[in-house]
Amino acid sequence: MIFIRRRVMNYALTQLSPGQGACIAALHAAEALQHRLAALGFRIGKRITMVRRAAFDGPLHVRIDQTDIIIRRVDAACVELRPATDTHSSVAAS
Amino acid sequence: MKRIALLGMPNTGKSTLFNRITGASARVGNWPGVTVDLLAAKLLIAGQMAEIVDLPGIYDLHGYSDDEKLVRHFLETQPIDLLLIAVNAMQLERQLILAMQLASLGKASVIAVNMIDEARHAGLGIDTERLSAGLNLPVVAISAKYGQGQAELMAAVAAKLPQAALPSGKMAAEAASRLAEDDSFEVRSAELVAAAVDVPHLLPERFSDRLDRVLMHNVFGLPLFFIAMFFVFAGVFWLGAPIQDVLKNAFDWFGEALLKPLLAPLPELLRGFLIDGLYGGISTVAAFVPVVVLFFFFMAVVEDSGYLSRAAYLMDALMARLGLDGRSFVMLLMGFGCNVPALMGTRVMRSRALRLLSMLIIPFSLCSARLQVFIFIIAALFSPHAAPWVLMSLYLMSFATAFGTALIFGRGKAFRSEEPFVIELPPYRFPTLRQVWMRGWLEVRHFLLRATKIIVAGVVLVWLLTHLPVGVEAASADSYAGYLGRWMQPILSPLGIDEKLTIALIFGFVAKEVVIGALAVIYGLEGSALTEHIAGSLSLIQAYSFMLFCLIYTPCLSTIATLKAESRSLKFAALAVAWPLALAWCASFVFYQVALRLTGQ
Repeated sequence: MIFIRRRVMNYALTQLSPGQGACIAALHAAEALQHRLAALGFRIGKRITMVRRAAFDGPLHVRIDQTDIIIRRVDAACVELRPATDTHSSVAAS
Repeated sequence: MKRIALLGMPNTGKSTLFNRITGASARVGNWPGVTVDLLAAKLLIAGQMAEIVDLPGIYDLHGYSDDEKLVRHFLETQPIDLLLIAVNAMQLERQLILAMQLASLGKASVIAVNMIDEARHAGLGIDTERLSAGLNLPVVAISAKYGQGQAELMAAVAAKLPQAALPSGKMAAEAASRLAEDDSFEVRSAELVAAAVDVPHLLPERFSDRLDRVLMHNVFGLPLFFIAMFFVFAGVFWLGAPIQDVLKNAFDWFGEALLKPLLAPLPELLRGFLIDGLYGGISTVAAFVPVVVLFFFFMAVVEDSGYLSRAAYLMDALMARLGLDGRSFVMLLMGFGCNVPALMGTRVMRSRALRLLSMLIIPFSLCSARLQVFIFIIAALFSPHAAPWVLMSLYLMSFATAFGTALIFGRGKAFRSEEPFVIELPPYRFPTLRQVWMRGWLEVRHFLLRATKIIVAGVVLVWLLTHLPVGVEAASADSYAGYLGRWMQPILSPLGIDEKLTIALIFGFVAKEVVIGALAVIYGLEGSALTEHIAGSLSLIQAYSFMLFCLIYTPCLSTIATLKAESRSLKFAALAVAWPLALAWCASFVFYQVALRLTGQ
C-alpha cells in the first residue's frame, strides 16, 4: 500500500466557511488579544466551527465547545487553523 | 466588618446573583482609583455584618482590559476576606480557569456554579462534590435567576467567612509570567471537567440556534432589528404618555391646591421662587421620569434576553469604520427615546475609551423631548406637505452630527479603544419580571440620586435669570435672561435667533420640552395665539435654524448630570457640553447664511 501524504496548508479563521469546522493550530496575537482569546476558549488543538459571517465584512460568529463568540475579521486573522482530524468533521475533502 | 468580593466572567449571571443575594439594597460605593461604578451592599451573614462588592466581569485575572486592570487594582488595594466566584455551568471547562486563578490568590473562596437550570435542561450532569474535592474549595450549584441553591450558597459562605484571617496573598507581579501558570490551570480544568461533568453524547439543538438563523440573517437581520427597536419605542410611549400626563396633572394639582395656600404667607418673590421656580422646574423633569423608567425596563429586556449582542453583530460592520462598535449604535438608537437611559446603558461597553466616545455622540440623538419642540414649530410654520420632510431632515442631521463627531474624536487618544472586539454571544434567555424590575428600579434610583443636585441647581439658576432683578416681568427683556439674550445677540443674530428665542434656548437648557412653555411665557401668549404669533414673526429659514440649534446644542440638565456621573470626569462633561454648543453654532450659522444668500434675502 502506498500512502500519499498530502501536505495541507494551514489557513486563517477568516477563511472558514459557515458550517465548516477546523482545529486551532496557533494564535498569532498580541498579548492582550491572546489573553482574551485564551479566556474565551481559543486554545491550541480546540475545535472551532464557523456559524455565520456578517455581511459587509462584518464580524464572524464562531463556536468553541458551548461558547458562541463574535469576533471581528481583523482579530480573527490571527487565529491559524489546521483541518480537523476527527471523522465528524464537516470539512469537505478537497 | 468582613468584605466579600463577587467575581466572575461576563455572562455568568453575576449581577443577577448579586441582586438575588442583596435584594434591592445595593448602593454605588466610592473606591479610591476606581473610575466605574461598583455596587456594594451590606448583609448579615451568620451574625456578622459583611459588605459584598460586585466587581466587573473579567475573562482573565491577568488580562489587559480596563476591567481586568480595575479588578486587579481592587484586589491589590482593598482588604477582602472572601472571594465569591460565579461560574457558568454551561462553560465550566473555560470558566474554571479563572476560578483557579482567583483561588490561587490564597484568599478564602467559594464557587457558585450558576445557571444550573440551563445546564440541567441541556442534559449536563454536574458533580459538585467532585469539583469541590478537585478544587479544594466549596462548590455550590445555583440558579440565581430562579433562586435555587441560594440557601446552600449562603451557608457555604458563612462557613468560610470566619476562617478568612489568612494573610492577603500578594498579587501576580507580571502578567506575562502568568501565562505558563494559566496553561497548567487549563490542563487541570479540562481533567476536572472530564471527571465531574457528564455531557450527553448529542446536545439538543438549541432554541437559540433556530432563532438566530432568522434574527442574525444577513438579509432579514437588520430589518428585524429596526422593527424590534420600533416596538420598543412604541411600547415606551404608548405606556409612558398616559402615565406622564397623570403625573403632570397630579403635580399641578399638588402645586395649586396644597403648595400655594401653604406658602401664601411668604413674601411674593420667595413664593414665586419656591412654586414657579423650584417646584415647577423639578416637577417638569419629574414628569418625564416614567418614560425614563420604562426605557430602563425595555433596555433590561433587550440586554438580558441576549439580543443586544445580536444587534451589535448586525451593526458592527458600519460602526467599526467609525471607531465604535455595534453596541454603541443600539445605545444611540435608545437615545432617540431619551438620552439618559442610553448614556447609562453604555456601561455594557467595557472599554473606557469606547464608552466615552459613545457617550459623546449619544446627546446628538433627537430625543422625544426635542421632538415635541420640533413638532410644535413645524406644525406652526410649515405646510403639511413639507412637514414630514423637515422632520426627516432633522433626524438625518441628528445621525450626521453623531457620526461626524465619532469620526472627528475617534482619532483622539482618549477615545481610541485598544480592546479587541471579541465578545461572547450568550444564548437567548427569558428575563424574569423580577430581573427586569430590579434592573429598572436600581438604575432609576441611581439616576435620581445623582442627578437631583444638578437638576435643582439648574432649575434655580434659570428661575433667577428670568425673575431678577426684583420687580421685572418674568423672562422679559429687562430680566437678566433678557440682558443675556441681548448680550448674546452679536453671536446669535447671525443664526437668525433673536433675543426672545435666546431666552427660550436658556430655558431649554433645563429640559427641551420646556422650550415651548418658555415661548408662551416670553411672548405672553398661549395655544393657537402663540402658534399664530410664531408663524407671523419667524421666517421659515429662521425657524429651521432655531430647530437646528435646538437639536444640536447642550443636552438637557438630566443628560449633563448623567454625563458627569457616568464619566466621573468634569473634563469630559465640559467637553460634552462645549462641543455640541460649538457645533450647533456652526451648523446653524452655515445653514442660515447660505439659505439667506440662496433665497436672495
